[in-house]
Amino acid sequence: MSLKILEQFKNPDLCKKLLDRLDEELESDLRFMEVCGTHTVAIFRSGLHSVLPERLIHLSGPGCPVCVTHESEVNAFLDLAGKDNVIIATFGDLIKVPGKKGHCLKNAQAEGARVEIIYSPFDALDIARKNPDDTVVFLGVGFETTAPIIAATVLMAKEQGLKNFKVLSFHKLVPPALDVLISDPETCIDGFILPGHVSTVIGIHPYDFICAKYGKPAVVTGFDPVDILQALLQMVRSMKDEHPAVINQYQRCVSENGNLKAIETMYQVFQPSDALWRGIGRIPSSGLVFKDEYEAFDAIKIFDLKIGECPSLPGCKCGDVLKGKMTPEQCPLFGKACTPAKPVGPCMVSTEGSCAAYFKYKVD
Amino acid sequence: MSSDKVLLDYGSGGKASQRLISELFIKNFANPELERLNDAAAFNIDGKISMSTDSFTVDPIFFPGGDIGSLAVHGTVNDVAMLGAIPKYLTCAYMIEEGLPMADLERIVISMSEAVKEAGVAIVTGDTKVVPKGAIDKIFINTTGVGQIVADPMPSGDRAAVGDVVLLSGTMGDHGLTILGTREGLSLESNVKSDSAALNHLLVKLVQEISDIHVLRDPTRGGLATTLNEITTASNVCCELEESSIPVKPEVVGGCSFLGLDPLYLANEGKFLCILPQKSAQQALEIMRADKLGADACQVGIITDAKPGKVILVTPLGGRRLLNMLEGEQLPRIC
Repeated sequence: MSLKILEQFKNPDLCKKLLDRLDEELESDLRFMEVCGTHTVAIFRSGLHSVLPERLIHLSGPGCPVCVTHESEVNAFLDLAGKDNVIIATFGDLIKVPGKKGHCLKNAQAEGARVEIIYSPFDALDIARKNPDDTVVFLGVGFETTAPIIAATVLMAKEQGLKNFKVLSFHKLVPPALDVLISDPETCIDGFILPGHVSTVIGIHPYDFICAKYGKPAVVTGFDPVDILQALLQMVRSMKDEHPAVINQYQRCVSENGNLKAIETMYQVFQPSDALWRGIGRIPSSGLVFKDEYEAFDAIKIFDLKIGECPSLPGCKCGDVLKGKMTPEQCPLFGKACTPAKPVGPCMVSTEGSCAAYFKYKVD
Repeated sequence: MSSDKVLLDYGSGGKASQRLISELFIKNFANPELERLNDAAAFNIDGKISMSTDSFTVDPIFFPGGDIGSLAVHGTVNDVAMLGAIPKYLTCAYMIEEGLPMADLERIVISMSEAVKEAGVAIVTGDTKVVPKGAIDKIFINTTGVGQIVADPMPSGDRAAVGDVVLLSGTMGDHGLTILGTREGLSLESNVKSDSAALNHLLVKLVQEISDIHVLRDPTRGGLATTLNEITTASNVCCELEESSIPVKPEVVGGCSFLGLDPLYLANEGKFLCILPQKSAQQALEIMRADKLGADACQVGIITDAKPGKVILVTPLGGRRLLNMLEGEQLPRIC
């Protein structure tokens, strides 16, 4: 798709028309939640948050994989980083996430841990090849978006007989978390903006339960302002529909059934399992662990890591923010005890966390 | 030189050091003061002096649009000039990792000497150290510069005033994206290259023709966003920026989107911000646009009292959001 066409999804005139239309068609307050950190940031960075009609209430859900990485998972990779002959390979935004005593990979690095920031998991294979006497552990944190690529990397490592490459699989699956959010009687969300990236892999049907079981509208959308506004308009219209179905606004990237090859690759290597979500807790079948035939790559088994519940952070309301029960600014710690310089909770840590976005971008 | 690699001997202070100094540094940086080989340089500068120092550790040492040598001149010359000064003299200290190819060192020294000539300054004293392999990464260069301040009153980061306008000399993010792209070995399939350049001739012209420039600042590390936040804090004013008027090359927009970076936080090495009263803005823009280093100059914002100490970005949709300082480095994201 040419850049010129893509520019149209940022067109200010088109946005103004969509905003006017939204204002006309909104009949009552609508509390919508996006569940993708990139949407959170897109809504703030584009200035959309400040121009949405007042009746459209924006809530940010558990959309950032860094935010939902559980304390005990962070502690596990900090423990690994402290081991001799281990090189941690990770995507960049994990290195600031605090674990026990506020310690993060950046601190570990300063103390001598070997931490390599990479752009592609395949880079971790190069590092493994160049350091045959060390074990390279890739931190597998992410949703369905990245899990297939990690699975493909494992398959490649197997094919190449690369024995010093391991993955710490803390992958999480989006639909089970959405189910937990909607079924919580305390959350009041009228509709969902569904994640564009995740949906390129899984398609739109894994979200059918949102409409079928709970009768809520849900729209898969892209990340430009026109995408988001069009999705909101579709959501408003879908509210009036007695039998809403998942709408795919992001058809230029997302197909109905997703990327079958990616899904197949992901489930060749991994299988669903319970997972711990920061701020939410244990969610059944919401994580991915290694299948038995690939356990030679499983860092949890190789290093005998124990991932268990641990006490939540005192005073931190991230769980309530992730569930849409309160906005970041309603948390008593926001901007005072909890800032991007000294984050208390996960939503302030990641650049795509909802608290960090409020702190970073919101004018008033 | 007898070896094709830099040896520890070259930093020993003995004959090998002397050979390196005379056959490479003195030969390329030639000027009477340096050639005296005294322990220090002697020179006269009239009036108030601007002085700045910077250490250059850029990785990679060679990149599209420049190298560590030219950058070490441009960076310090520009900093000295930002006080409305004519940069005159530089010091330069080389810290070299044992084993650096001699050809690389020569290439850096020649590039530095060309940059010095273009900027119209002289390297009058210097130092060379060679450290064991692994003690540093290839080569670090420190330069210190002095210049004569000709602007009165002198531009300063705490002088931005309500009613001023914010001018920018050109596109944002070229240098930062070039470095990150080259470092990661990413082929960005574009012509993006560093904007590293000495801005002193253009800056001196500006301050000599316009007497009421309040702030001159180069948005280097941390980019436009960081620099403007520093200025609004120091001046206790608010800066309201019009996002659509900030020039960013399409290839930089594309590269940033690919890497998850924001061009407004990326370093620039050949651009500057000029904050001055509205009445002088047109004249300043004409002077800037007449120079190839300011060809894309434009007004990007205004100084107000809306939120003192903050930078507000007005987006193309008419939305308003903060443009905050970054907490640390920009990091590639997970998704």
